[in-house]
Amino acid sequence: MPEPILTLTGLNAFHGDFQALYGVDLEVNEGEVLAIIGANGAGKTTLLRSIAGLIGNEASQITYRGRPIGNARPDVVAKMGLAMVPEGRQLFPSLSVEENLMIGGRVNRAGPWNLRRVYDLFPILEERKAQASTSLSGGQQQMVAIGRALMANPDLIMFDEISLGLAPVIIRDIYKALPGIVGGGMSAVIVEQDITKALAVSSRVYCLQEGRVSLKGRSDAVSREDIARAYFGVE
Amino acid sequence: MDFVNAVVQGILLGGLYALFAAGLSLIFGVMRLVNIAHGDLIVLAAYLGLTTTVVLGVHPLVALIVVVPVMAGIGYVLQRGVLNHTLGDDILPPLLVTFGLSVIIQNALLEGYSADPQKMDAGVLETASVALGPLSLGLLPLLTFAIAVAVIAALQWTFYRTPLGRAFRATSDNQDIAQLMGLNKRHVFGLAMALALAVTAVAGILLGIRTSFDPSVGGGRLIFGFEAVIIGGLGNLWGTLVGGVILGVAQTVGATINPGWQLLAGHIAFLVILAVRPNGLFPRISG
Ligand SMILES: Nc1ncnc2c1ncn2[C@@H]1O[C@H](COP(=O)(O)OP(=O)(O)OP(=O)(O)O)[C@@H](O)[C@H]1O
Ligand SMILES: [Mg+2]
Repeated sequence: MPEPILTLTGLNAFHGDFQALYGVDLEVNEGEVLAIIGANGAGKTTLLRSIAGLIGNEASQITYRGRPIGNARPDVVAKMGLAMVPEGRQLFPSLSVEENLMIGGRVNRAGPWNLRRVYDLFPILEERKAQASTSLSGGQQQMVAIGRALMANPDLIMFDEISLGLAPVIIRDIYKALPGIVGGGMSAVIVEQDITKALAVSSRVYCLQEGRVSLKGRSDAVSREDIARAYFGVE
Repeated sequence: MDFVNAVVQGILLGGLYALFAAGLSLIFGVMRLVNIAHGDLIVLAAYLGLTTTVVLGVHPLVALIVVVPVMAGIGYVLQRGVLNHTLGDDILPPLLVTFGLSVIIQNALLEGYSADPQKMDAGVLETASVALGPLSLGLLPLLTFAIAVAVIAALQWTFYRTPLGRAFRATSDNQDIAQLMGLNKRHVFGLAMALALAVTAVAGILLGIRTSFDPSVGGGRLIFGFEAVIIGGLGNLWGTLVGGVILGVAQTVGATINPGWQLLAGHIAFLVILAVRPNGLFPRISG
């Protein structure tokens, strides 16, 4: 039985008065790649932002390595080893490419990732390191966003729709880099609209529907029909 | 000759205005906070300088060693204790709270020091001058300008060359994501206010050497600071220096034409530039 690194217990998350998640139970095991799929507005981003501490919750609803972090500040969560590649990349426009990466290293955790290794993973970034991050193509910006998260040497990395708005070739390249990223024992949560991609890279999958878990299972065992039902809630 | 002299004096005066403005600009740039109490904090720094010179018997410039860290400490505590709680999507609470703070500082200074004008004694520095051809430049204005340039260069360096500056810029860009980088935004804002008030300390001491001051003069310094920031373009530190210089020159030239026109000429220059370039002369290039 693998140890969960992260556990959600009955997570109810809110945007103001609006409840976006209802009693979500979920665990991420040490070293696994977990996929979360679901239609637009299902609550995937809300889930990741809750884990990262950007949305406050009850402390006990989220535990990381046994510690309740549901109401912890995002900077504290980051220092504990959780990193996120946010939806839409969200690079810092006033920082150069290299500065974006360096600020990712601010949490100052020991580990294999540093500027050198990020540049080895995405050589184009080294060529562009002095440029404004906004001058890069979408795919290159996504590489910066991934590199920025890796610079923190997280134990758990969360990707929110890394292929959104990117050309298929670019998506393929980025997914090709993924095993090299999570291979070193890092756990990962991947939120993805592209179900085929999500199933191919993950060991287990959860589907969210209107804020509730509508399906969970091994990625190689869930059927297309199950997913269609869990996705849209139709019989 | 009068005219050239006025322009040169105005440029040097602009250094002082840039010092008034730099802290405002920094605070607005990092946390979108418009600090109505900024002028009163400058005056507070002048009074702290006065007390330091009296109690320790030191020169006002030596008093900087005390006043700069004290003001920085006040800035950090003020930000963490009060101002952070006012920041959010609504821009009104910080305006109201800093306005209240302005009233509190003025009243506290009235209580502590009375309404009598005060001045710091800087000895020969106040009267010494340097001859430059036909012009005679006061040592104090020259020194003030040099300090302004040095302070702005140091702020610029901090902003663009240090991890602290990177944290400032990142937090300014996107507070949520900055926090994901392990930055505690409340602490970052506290440091920004500390740095701004450290600059304010320098401005206050130089103000208190140059002219007499009383608890009510903060508002005027706030206006000059604002005008310099807006003329130069929000978020551009060197632009702020240029803004201060333009304001200073407009005032001294206006005063040469008619002594009563000093302030009016400054405000007119500000309005003209605002009308022609609503974003100031050197707005920060965004995105
Ligand atoms: N800041 C917000 N304020 C109010 N409601 C929000 C906010 N952000 C999201 N929501 C609502 O919460 C629900 C879940 O949104 P969320 O962004 O988590 O979905 P998602 O699964 O990530 O969708 P997408 O695939 O479009 O990214 C939606 O109904 C959305 O409208
Ligand atoms: Mg989303």
